[in-house]
Amino acid sequence: MLESYIPIMLVLGFAVVFAMAAVFSSKLFGPQRPNPEKLSTYESGVKPIGTTHERVSIKYYLIAMLFIIFDIEVIFVYPWAVEFRQLFAEFGISVFVSMFIFLVVFELGFLYAYKKGGFDWD
Amino acid sequence: MGILEIIIITFVKILIIVTMMLLSVSYLVYFERKISAWTQNRVGPNRVGYAGLLQPFADVFKLLLKEDIVPDAANKPIHTLAPIMALVIAFGTYAVIPIGPAVELFGYNIQLVVADVNIGILYVLALTSIGVYAITFSGWSSGSKYSLLGGVRSSAQMISYEISMGFSVAGVLLFSESLRPLDIVASQSGWMWNAIVQPIGFITFVVSAFAETNRLPFDLPEAEPELVGGYHTEYSSMKFAAFFLAEYANMIIASALIVTLYLGGWQVPYIEMAGLSAGLTALIQVGAFFVKMGALLFFFIWVRWSLPRFRYDQLMSLGWKVMFPLSLVNLIWVAVLVMLFN
Repeated sequence: MLESYIPIMLVLGFAVVFAMAAVFSSKLFGPQRPNPEKLSTYESGVKPIGTTHERVSIKYYLIAMLFIIFDIEVIFVYPWAVEFRQLFAEFGISVFVSMFIFLVVFELGFLYAYKKGGFDWD
Repeated sequence: MGILEIIIITFVKILIIVTMMLLSVSYLVYFERKISAWTQNRVGPNRVGYAGLLQPFADVFKLLLKEDIVPDAANKPIHTLAPIMALVIAFGTYAVIPIGPAVELFGYNIQLVVADVNIGILYVLALTSIGVYAITFSGWSSGSKYSLLGGVRSSAQMISYEISMGFSVAGVLLFSESLRPLDIVASQSGWMWNAIVQPIGFITFVVSAFAETNRLPFDLPEAEPELVGGYHTEYSSMKFAAFFLAEYANMIIASALIVTLYLGGWQVPYIEMAGLSAGLTALIQVGAFFVKMGALLFFFIWVRWSLPRFRYDQLMSLGWKVMFPLSLVNLIWVAVLVMLFN
């Protein structure tokens, strides 16, 4: 069972070696002539104004939170989807109805976020 | 089979897959340039080699001989880690995608997939989720405002479309009853392709795949007129090449995934009726996989050079207000189908 994961480990190991070789090869072959202008932050040729890591209020955190909630919903759906045919043969329509109720309850939350403007961008 | 045999067979498969990936990625870049030239009534690359066929190698050597600039404002370890991560994930994902049926070679029964794991699809989804980190890291660590905005945009976009992608895949799982890519291909025998049975899921998955690979019309993370190069503004030389390679590798993976999940994988309908030998059938099926994949890649490039870019609010509302409900509708539809025809 676990031995089917050996190839994945090998692929990932190979990918790590290849990627590191690719990224570090330019240190080997390319020139290294740094100067202050070259190493400054690119801002269309103008001297950079302020630093990048200032705290600004962004709306993205709301998207991130909604993502976590709905991604968990997806994860709940997967095992149900895989076993659905078998469970339906055994227990009938109740398997579908119970998941349908779960989805409806979740989508009420979606509608609430929608109405509150959680997906609007200004 | 013993551990040693598994390792040897896997090594051969990895070598073949990696060579194929590298060649196809470099030629995908070439074809993108040729097709874009064709769309815009230009000639495209035609200097290096016959009809410009050696152009990809010239590009790689040029990038290899360029100076690797790491800006002072950058967080150096993460700045270096990001392109490595992007590339590792792009190559790692390909391990679970089957390109053909099991074949008998040298007395071994060999599956034409590097790693035949029973959670293949979960593995792909997990790796693509980690792919968000590569882009976020590169955007944050560069210390440039363009990079930061590109990285933040990209992560928001990718996580938004991941949900509709997840629900579309759930529809496929209802039919296949398994997360194993080989079972998913097997569940689409004949004309029972998921693209035909569940067209809504197919559309939502393809659109989400476009958004996940940051391709036009969803290439907001690197929208040139506003963000210069987006998250890879501060990358040069082979680090830039790594992102570039990863982007095109992701396109190939997205196409391979769409073929596996929705277009019947390597299956050719009714080929068993033709009465061909097993070897020839396998060869045709592998060929069919690559033809389907090539058609999808052409579609990717075609869309890029035909459609304008979305505005960011349009992109987010398409993802949350259209694609997400549509993928839910698809899930219910497939569940009803399964109940009716069980």
